[in-house]
Amino acid sequence: MKTVTAVVVGAGHAGLAMSHHLARHGIDHVILERGEVANAWRHQRWDSLRLLTPNWQTRLPGQIYTGPEPQGFMGMAELIAFLDDYARGLSAPLHTGTEVISVRQAEDGYRVMTDRGEWRCRAVVIATGACQRAAVPALAADLPPWIASLTPLDYRNPDQLAPGGVLVVGASATGVQLADELQRSGRPVTLAVGEHLRLPRRYRSRDIQWWLEHAGLLDQRFDEVEDLIRARRQPSPQLLGSTEPLDLDLNALSKRGVCLVGRLVGLAGTRLQFSGSLAVHCQAADLKLVRLLDNLDDWASAHGWHEALPASERPAPTRVPQRPCLGLDLAAGEIKTVLWATGFRPDYRWLEVPVFNARGRLLHHGGVVAPGLYAMGLPFMRRRKSGAIHGADDDARELSAHLAAWLAKARHRSFA
Amino acid sequence: MHTATQPIDNGVNVTALLGAREALAQAPAAARFTWRAHCDWVRGTHSRIAVEDFYGLGETQQHRSRFTFEADHPEVFAAEDHGPTPVEYVLVGLAACLTAGVAAVAQHRGIQLRSVKATVEGDMDIQGILGMDPDVRNGFDDIRVTFAIDADASRADIEALVAQSQKRSAVYDLLTNPTHVKVEVK
Repeated sequence: MKTVTAVVVGAGHAGLAMSHHLARHGIDHVILERGEVANAWRHQRWDSLRLLTPNWQTRLPGQIYTGPEPQGFMGMAELIAFLDDYARGLSAPLHTGTEVISVRQAEDGYRVMTDRGEWRCRAVVIATGACQRAAVPALAADLPPWIASLTPLDYRNPDQLAPGGVLVVGASATGVQLADELQRSGRPVTLAVGEHLRLPRRYRSRDIQWWLEHAGLLDQRFDEVEDLIRARRQPSPQLLGSTEPLDLDLNALSKRGVCLVGRLVGLAGTRLQFSGSLAVHCQAADLKLVRLLDNLDDWASAHGWHEALPASERPAPTRVPQRPCLGLDLAAGEIKTVLWATGFRPDYRWLEVPVFNARGRLLHHGGVVAPGLYAMGLPFMRRRKSGAIHGADDDARELSAHLAAWLAKARHRSFA
Repeated sequence: MHTATQPIDNGVNVTALLGAREALAQAPAAARFTWRAHCDWVRGTHSRIAVEDFYGLGETQQHRSRFTFEADHPEVFAAEDHGPTPVEYVLVGLAACLTAGVAAVAQHRGIQLRSVKATVEGDMDIQGILGMDPDVRNGFDDIRVTFAIDADASRADIEALVAQSQKRSAVYDLLTNPTHVKVEVK
């Protein structure tokens, strides 16, 4: 059995950022990675995906984007190179091809069992990502056998799908992007829309992320928001990273021929049932968007940006079909494939520590899970930006300091 | 920012509701409620329905008194019109549920309401219930709710109130989403 002070599980952006800060504190540690650096970005993403954050914002502790297109959006190959490059600059041993099988509490810390031996350590950082498993509703199991069913983790490109109609379930970032790509491929798309977050790519000639970052919204802390559970559950915004900045809201999709229906709520025999609530979800998203833009305008006026930027504008309200379709019979043959863009969950099956609530969700206070046990990279973990690549720096700085202080205190106690 | 000199009072105890939310998070089983109505046929399409008890917070609960409702059909249906039609009770439920939601959300958001009026209309083709055309459904094919709200708030804030009340409404959910319904004979 090998011994180390801290084990970081996962060599994605969050684990790498944590390693950087642990090294700054002089904490000896290893990074264990089941595959390669940026494994999920390499193997669990669709071909056309680009980051939703512009390149200038894609940064890690001590590394910023220095390429020719600060306003562009990285594709997967570029991001993987960015993370590979970052990993090469770290001092800690990085064990790739090492899958963690279990983490258990042990005297004075944790035991980390891998398929390549066992580690004893004082502290563990969980940096395995928030999107390891696709959350698929139970009714997916009852789809008729002639319907192909897949999740975004399996989806690569439209050619993978049979010709014919596709039902995309979910209209957050993943759902709208895949609906758009599939519709453009000549497959008629029906998009089931529930609660969603509408955001324009650009506002007053600046990227929306510029606004959110500069106005301080991304730095909003977990202990400042009124309803943290809701904030953490918030769907990802309807955004697209592309070579030319483009809005990808429901109006853009309807214009392209995508058929909007309400949330998928049932399957009776071969008949899919959609909620009659499409209009209110669209209206709520429009109202929230206008409220956000009002706040951004106020911020711009208060901080001397108003004169420097083009005039305010308000996007057209979402056009909802007069009487959206409430039911669709799969026996009619129009739909060949169902794509579940219904969200993702982390995978903690290897974490054999009692740190979960009754629903199996990880309990943590701003990423502090238990003494010596930390999380990274979860939605709104410590700040609104925690789930994003650029959010890892501040979280890793604070949690590594917490970890260092805890080690010092524990050491002090053991010598007393 | 709301700068009230007088406390907002829509008659909703938001503190108690938020407290209940916190308590139920610790004991989710207590959040299981069963609502009941007891119906007695009178004659023709006339029935009398009583609502008195329900189950929740782990035990049977009683309303402060027994409420009774007459349900019937109007004279154009060759009935005696002793009370609203069952589908009108559905509209009653929707209006009451959304309006209660508006009051609660307004209280929570610090908006003083002066008046909240709602008109609810449901469209139906009775060829469905008369069994004349199998392609026509029995129930409403469209429901419209129109709110007129007088409050210390902007139009956008009022629209957001109404949107949020739909999001949290049980009856709105019942009407927009399918529900398992099982009818048995004892």
